[in-house]
Amino acid sequence: MLNVLKGVGRGLGRWGARRPVIGLLPFALYVLIFLALPTLIAVFTGFFDSEGRWSTTNLEALADPVILRTFWNSIWLSGLTAIIGAVIGALVAYALIGTKPESALRSAIDAVSGVLAQFGGVMLAFAFVATIGIQGYITVLLRDRVGVDIFAEGVWLYEVPGLILPYIYFQVPLMIITFLPALESLKPQWAEANATLGGSRATFWWRIGIPVLWPSFIGCTLLLFANGFSSYATAAALTSQGSAIVPLQIRAALTSETVLGRENLAGALALGMIVVMAIVMWLYSLLQSRALRWQR
Amino acid sequence: MSGGARGAGGVGRVGKAGSVGRIAPGPGPVVRWLILGTVGLVFAIPILAMVEFTMRQGLAGGYTLDRWIAVATGQLDNSYRQLWVAIGNSVTLAIVTVVVTLGLLVPTMILIRLSFPRLRRVLEFICLLPITIPAIVLVVGLAPVYSVIGRTVGSGIWTLAFAYGVLVLPFAYRAIQTNLDGLDVVTLSEAARTLGAGWFTVLLRVILPNLRRGLLAAAFISVAVVLGEFTVASLLNRVNLQTALLIISKADPFFATIFALLALLFAFALLIVIGRIGAAPIGPRRNRLSRRKARLTQ
Repeated sequence: MLNVLKGVGRGLGRWGARRPVIGLLPFALYVLIFLALPTLIAVFTGFFDSEGRWSTTNLEALADPVILRTFWNSIWLSGLTAIIGAVIGALVAYALIGTKPESALRSAIDAVSGVLAQFGGVMLAFAFVATIGIQGYITVLLRDRVGVDIFAEGVWLYEVPGLILPYIYFQVPLMIITFLPALESLKPQWAEANATLGGSRATFWWRIGIPVLWPSFIGCTLLLFANGFSSYATAAALTSQGSAIVPLQIRAALTSETVLGRENLAGALALGMIVVMAIVMWLYSLLQSRALRWQR
Repeated sequence: MSGGARGAGGVGRVGKAGSVGRIAPGPGPVVRWLILGTVGLVFAIPILAMVEFTMRQGLAGGYTLDRWIAVATGQLDNSYRQLWVAIGNSVTLAIVTVVVTLGLLVPTMILIRLSFPRLRRVLEFICLLPITIPAIVLVVGLAPVYSVIGRTVGSGIWTLAFAYGVLVLPFAYRAIQTNLDGLDVVTLSEAARTLGAGWFTVLLRVILPNLRRGLLAAAFISVAVVLGEFTVASLLNRVNLQTALLIISKADPFFATIFALLALLFAFALLIVIGRIGAAPIGPRRNRLSRRKARLTQ
């Protein structure tokens, strides 16, 4: 905040009254009301009870075994799908090395990835019910033609394991979008230098490619983790009851009509999510500064 | 996130460099198409399964195009009225969100670029912040904010656009910033001011026309995000395309799936257009730009 004021002061000094700071006000107000205020409310309601008194009851609920279990579910689900998504996405990005960015193939893959990564949500739930639902195309195909009943041990599509495939489905496109620019930072000169020195393709990847790219790869994986951790729509559309992961637990706390004053539990859960996200994004920024060293 | 994929081409050139092509780090054509083909096929399955699902003919088996024909010819009964309302709501939201975001963000970005360059990092931090704060967390805090808004200006669907503006902020910022970075705004505006232009003339007739591409890309990506938004609308009890699709799917999954596919197709078309805006006329535009700059600075 101090930096902001300093910056404004300097700006004023240079331009005087002709470049009014007032120009910055509308945006500042907007961000204050619709970004800062909701975030602060979300973080701090957990510290109060339903009558507005200071209370740690809701924060203590975070240590409740049920809540801890949902956090654990969210973390392993996001972690697993982030790693699988990162590996497959990086493989696709690797396959795209050497294609021109303005080629039809690249624009198609860009657009498809954009749609699947951002647009998914409810649609993804439909898609996977149609694919591996009880009457899904693949379910029926495997049952009638191959004789494998994927739901032999109960229907898992509407529980946490059922989220793995849909999550991978939106993680891979996000990896393609975020990792491609990093791959493109591999300079042609490095390949030339490697060739001049008698290196093979394997040498290039082992000595140059992987050492330069690993911070980006891990960084993108963290981004995927954050993406999976904060994702709500697919899970909400797939499971109308139950709250196996944190976002669904927040839904339950927000929409609960049986227990009054649960908004504060939602606040405590939101705080928990913010803490996890902050740690992930902090690690991401550490890696990012390392990754950017080679992207100039 | 879409903006980052541009500005590319480094490795692409290796292949063309003749003798160096032999050790190009990329895969050979066989490996490339093997990877792309396999992943593409696996990713096509759920979409194709959706298409298959919409054409199923009851329990007896067999396929029919009746539902698609019904949608195409508008023969849907009254129970789908809510869907039209929802589509209307989503379109309204998309328009208001674009107006709000661009209206607030663009002047701020230009002003900061011209007068407060030190605030650039602050603005960037603020604009990218919504990536870190999950929408589901934001909703917890937006609920009380919107109950106040509901009491003062009513609960019209357009009010939700202010919350959506925050959600699209990172995307819009990146799209515009990429464009702004390639533009010498200071020289342009100083030149215009030397010729006697006021602040508004500089903004409207010099800078904005040069930002066309970034503005269009920002607008389209915002529309795509708004049309796909579910979390905020559903938990604040508003009706938009996605929440309506979910409700309809409980009663009639077939038509819900058809509309989901159509929405998907529309979003795909939007993003193709974004790609075209970003990639197409780089060469000639830059020339025109430098000519214009030259004209202005003479």
